[in-house]
Amino acid sequence: MDYTGFLANIAILVLSGFIGFAVISKVPNTLHTPLMSGTNAIHGIVVLGALVVLGTAHNPSIPLQIISFVAIVFGTVNVIGGFVVTDRMLAMFKTRPTSGATDGKN
Amino acid sequence: MDILVYALYIVAFAMFILGLSGLTAPRSAVRGNKIAAAGMGVAFIATLIHIRETSSWLVIIAALVVGVIVGIPPARKVKMTAVPQLVALFNGVGGGTVALIAWGEFIESDGFTGLRVASGPVLPLVIASLFATIIGSLSFWGSIVAFMKLQQILPGHPLSVGRLQQPLNAILFLGSVLAAVIVGIGSASTGADPIWFGVILILAGILGVMTVLPIGGADMPVVISLLNALTGLSAAAAGLALNNIAMIVAGMIVGASGTILTNLMAKAMNRSILSIVAGGFGGGSTGVAATSTGDQHAKSTSAADAAIKLAYANQVIVVPGYGLAVAQAQHAVKDMAKVLEARGIEVKYAIHPVAGRMPGHMNVLLAEADVSYDAMKEMDDINGEFSRTDVTIVIGANDVTNPAARNDPNSPIFGMPVLNVTESRSVIVLKRSMSSGFAGIENPLFFATNTTMLFGDAKKSVAQVTEELKAL
Repeated sequence: MDYTGFLANIAILVLSGFIGFAVISKVPNTLHTPLMSGTNAIHGIVVLGALVVLGTAHNPSIPLQIISFVAIVFGTVNVIGGFVVTDRMLAMFKTRPTSGATDGKN
Repeated sequence: MDILVYALYIVAFAMFILGLSGLTAPRSAVRGNKIAAAGMGVAFIATLIHIRETSSWLVIIAALVVGVIVGIPPARKVKMTAVPQLVALFNGVGGGTVALIAWGEFIESDGFTGLRVASGPVLPLVIASLFATIIGSLSFWGSIVAFMKLQQILPGHPLSVGRLQQPLNAILFLGSVLAAVIVGIGSASTGADPIWFGVILILAGILGVMTVLPIGGADMPVVISLLNALTGLSAAAAGLALNNIAMIVAGMIVGASGTILTNLMAKAMNRSILSIVAGGFGGGSTGVAATSTGDQHAKSTSAADAAIKLAYANQVIVVPGYGLAVAQAQHAVKDMAKVLEARGIEVKYAIHPVAGRMPGHMNVLLAEADVSYDAMKEMDDINGEFSRTDVTIVIGANDVTNPAARNDPNSPIFGMPVLNVTESRSVIVLKRSMSSGFAGIENPLFFATNTTMLFGDAKKSVAQVTEELKAL
């Protein structure tokens, strides 16, 4: 990667930070727990990093394989578990009878 | 990187942002979560395309299978009351992944010296990797301790080494940074001894443990939120190091939103994040508060008396707290509310922003028991109503109702916004015993003239009151 690419990544990093601030600025207390759980699942994206490190290594050594194995397991638990538990939590927030049944189970 | 992979990453993070904005409103939340999950699927497939020529398919598939088998059952089966510790645990393994990725990179690039081959910004990449190492390890071990405290494997009250705490944490932090600098310098020549990388992991891990151990159960929501934000930031740093745009965006969004959420929560307790992290409620002031109320007596009551009081009320407010979660009393409370409503009595729920062990913890529990949104009131909306309320029932809540926060400058929680429970005509407190809350502070509410205590398991007490109400 050259400097231009790196700086582009930094630009993306900064903009993402502002998006994160903007999106969350108005959230009812009611949704704090699901929101935390949901963002928790999203940072499970780190599983991609584990896949890349192992997947792009040429002849990975045994220690690297072990470390990457654990990393992929951890990351997968974070992603899958996070989204499932968030979904369960949100399913309990039933919409008021008047507001139509757009939510709930699909 | 392949153009296809890059394009899919862009699609994926657009879906994350869309999903996350959905999560901020009740009606779109379920869909938002599903969109974010689908985005994760897209990013995942893109990554598999990216690494399609790997020789490690066996290890990768085995790890994914194990991850799915380990991750899904607890997420599906956990009781809603145990969600906070599960989120802490999931957050911890995420942080662990980041630290392990950095470790893997360290090995693969021979102590980051391999990074020099590419002409480009080597130093920033090394720094990003080391940042990810420190924060990832800290977040992993800190979350594990938070999990153990909430699961009551470790005691919930603050554990600390007293005045030495902050100097010790500072030494641990500086030590891990120093080890990181040694690894960084090594990367410019032949690569540092792998021992130093281990030192970073260990010192940052101990720092995580030592930071969370002294924090009391009442502050746990803030801590989990903070650790969540930190894991996000470390994920973004790892994304920079690996030139992975999806990780950069997703990690940074979580880092930024998590920071805001943490700040909102800390504000609700009128404390700064720093003072929470610097240690739980001080031990000294707690002792003073405890002795000052030693000669007072709380009046206890029976389920029958409580039922009579409730039956002749016009408006009843329920104040739920962590005790409700522990006793799994949400359904019993809903049953009681049904009986009261059948008598034409209005029932409302006063939810303090930090009641329970996570923000919104009580809302989730009550929603599970089919309590409608309209009945759940936030603190600012309901505080004016207590003076018009005949009976307030406090179920397993303590610190969030403590009037000392408003009128006793010596109280350790002075200044924290609380529910004005004492203003209602009478208060019934459901509690297992006279022990103080997680913060370890005496609550003058229990000794107020209009307060009566109904001792026992919250679920049983509420059920008894309901039976008595039906018999009236």
